[in-house]
Amino acid sequence: MDLWFSEAHTPDVKLSIRIEKQLFSKTSDYQRIDVFESREFGRILSLDGNIMLTERDEFIYNEMIVHVPMAVHKGIKKVLVIGAGDGGVVKELTRYNRIKHIDLVEMDPLVVEACREYIPANACRLDDDRVHIHFGNALKFMRHCENEYDLIIVDSNDPYGPSEGLFTKEFYGNCHAALKEDGIMVNQQGSPFYKQDADAMQRSHKHIAGTFPISRVYQAHIPTYAAGYWLFGFASKKYHPIDDLDAAAWEDLHLRTRYYTTRLHKGAFYLPAFLEDMLKEVE
Amino acid sequence: MRTTTLDQTRAPIYEALENFRKQRVVPFDVPGHKRGRGNPELTEFLGQQCVSVDVNSMKPLDNLCHPISVIKEAEQLAADAFGAAHAFLMVGGTTSAVQSMVLTACKRGDEIILPRNVHRSVINALVLCGAVPVYVNPEVDHRLGISLGMKLEQVERAIKEHPNAVAVLVNNPTYYGICSDLRGIVKLAHEHGMLCLADEAHGTHFYFGKDLPVSAMEAGADMASVSMHKSGGSLTQSSFLLAGPNIHEGYVRQIINLTQTTSGSYLLMSSLDISRRNLALRGEKIFEQVKEIAEYARNEINSIGGYYAFGPELINGDSIYDFDPIKLSVHTLDIGLAGIEVYDLLRDDYDIQIEFGDIGNILAYLSIGDRAQEVERLVTALADIRRRFKGDKNGLMSQEYIPPEVVKSPQEAFYSKKVSKPIMETEGMVCSEFVMCYPPGIPILAPGEKITADILRYIQYAKEKGCSMTGPEDPEIEYLNVLVES
Repeated sequence: MDLWFSEAHTPDVKLSIRIEKQLFSKTSDYQRIDVFESREFGRILSLDGNIMLTERDEFIYNEMIVHVPMAVHKGIKKVLVIGAGDGGVVKELTRYNRIKHIDLVEMDPLVVEACREYIPANACRLDDDRVHIHFGNALKFMRHCENEYDLIIVDSNDPYGPSEGLFTKEFYGNCHAALKEDGIMVNQQGSPFYKQDADAMQRSHKHIAGTFPISRVYQAHIPTYAAGYWLFGFASKKYHPIDDLDAAAWEDLHLRTRYYTTRLHKGAFYLPAFLEDMLKEVE
Repeated sequence: MRTTTLDQTRAPIYEALENFRKQRVVPFDVPGHKRGRGNPELTEFLGQQCVSVDVNSMKPLDNLCHPISVIKEAEQLAADAFGAAHAFLMVGGTTSAVQSMVLTACKRGDEIILPRNVHRSVINALVLCGAVPVYVNPEVDHRLGISLGMKLEQVERAIKEHPNAVAVLVNNPTYYGICSDLRGIVKLAHEHGMLCLADEAHGTHFYFGKDLPVSAMEAGADMASVSMHKSGGSLTQSSFLLAGPNIHEGYVRQIINLTQTTSGSYLLMSSLDISRRNLALRGEKIFEQVKEIAEYARNEINSIGGYYAFGPELINGDSIYDFDPIKLSVHTLDIGLAGIEVYDLLRDDYDIQIEFGDIGNILAYLSIGDRAQEVERLVTALADIRRRFKGDKNGLMSQEYIPPEVVKSPQEAFYSKKVSKPIMETEGMVCSEFVMCYPPGIPILAPGEKITADILRYIQYAKEKGCSMTGPEDPEIEYLNVLVES
């Protein structure tokens, strides 16, 4: 049998993966959720037909969104994670003993349910005592939070669906208020390559740069995301992502990683010329 | 919900268009784009589906000027759904419905009793027909700075003082959702041989939702103008004019045909037909949901602090006889910003477009198409604006109702000999044109009214705060046309 999953990255470009079988398919109040088994990428989580993660390349995303801020700010104890119902971000965070409390706000309970059942490698730390899962709208959860978190990680879906609210100025304003005076916000910032993605990336960078005194962008290569080329935003009230990197302290933790290194940490902030121009345009 | 007698699952105009499309008729008639072929850029933009039903009147599709088949059936279904004796499909906006309603009731020299906070289309109709307004000054809520409804005793006094008036016109509701005692006003008007007309530009949902203020037809009013395209979900510019049993259908049709296009758009008409069907079948549930969203939003906004999202708690049995719970109006002065400033911030900084902002309030329009996630964005943006800009309200003007001094009828003033003067030199003169903030389009000055220092101060302040002013010939509103002293 010749069964293929395709995701359109633009109306004219698509990524196709041969599927062994479909393990899960349900439509929640918010979106359609599918889990597939594939030979090349292992299990795949798709929301409304967009790949959220594959077992094969999830480590790149999760390591880069977690270890970059953790290697910069040594006092991170309380973390807010938005989205990330698959548990991948939490899995990386719980490797740090200094983290005492993690709030995870996920809109869709069915995502967590599906991942617990079918992607246990990611969801395995969702039951850690430090993790507190809240189902609901993140904007609402944060509206009354002030000066509470050391780190906020925004692991959203793309900006054209139910996650649209997580790319807005009002949301970043709330994040700023919810962070302590030395807090850091890291968000997935989309891809700068295809036009529609690039426009959304610029818009959200503009909002972040207008909200936080320090706002930098870093990159990673993630094969199953659009153009295989992905960005993260590092926004902070105090710490600079390179100047305040304490590589020696992070090495001392002896965390084994497959993508992140403290050398790559610095390199990830060195961006191609076209991207520098796009960011400057909106700063 | 009202019980209907016709089969509300039907949509005759829509069905006729679907049949027509299947027949693949070769067009040697207008419109000249010929199903879009002659204008590929337009077709690309609007879509083939859309341009292929942009067609002209013809036998199988009836004629809006003289309906005898599918348009007539659609009007009968609409009348049935709204509980009216007759319904007319309108393609010139609710403005055209309001004008047809006033022109049906009044002729030159007739008096009509109305609140001053009417939409400009009402006074426009007076310019057209030469009727004379008798204004009832609405009560004002001084904290919020908004005009309220007409008190029953005020209407009664106006009727006693002007026993020859031919009609009473009522906003049901106002832009802010405030309703007068419509049943009481209808009773008073009818007892004195007057018609009762309702501007229901903001009240379509009253006909379909549960536990909402009374609709004009149910209250026994004689005519009502209903903006189907606002809370009802049809295309912009489509609207219904409703008439009760005492109104002569044929005469209304003649009045409508005085100013209505003879090329009524089938896009607009089919949107009315499909939207009426939707509301008749599902309106009760839809507006229950909208009401829940509005109540949720009011609670959330009120918990931010500083803002006041007002609601049915304002009801006082008279000047606020009832309140439309799906309106989401927010008083902003206590966070130190004028409503118009919050309106501009929401659009410029947060990509959120709301219906309007005036001196002290904003109004976010909620309808059939709203979802919880967008409401979260609005509430969160309001919280962020407060965090960024919170100040004290000193120096902010509260909106006050300025009672007009009517010197001449709108028609007389509009057509009189006039001269253009720098606006600040016009105090004490009689204005011959409209001045208003749009939206909401309620005139600050109407033709024939005296220009006072208060009014000039208000116009200057509204301009400074960034209100979009419209009406006068001079687009910058630096000059005003005033009557030449005779």
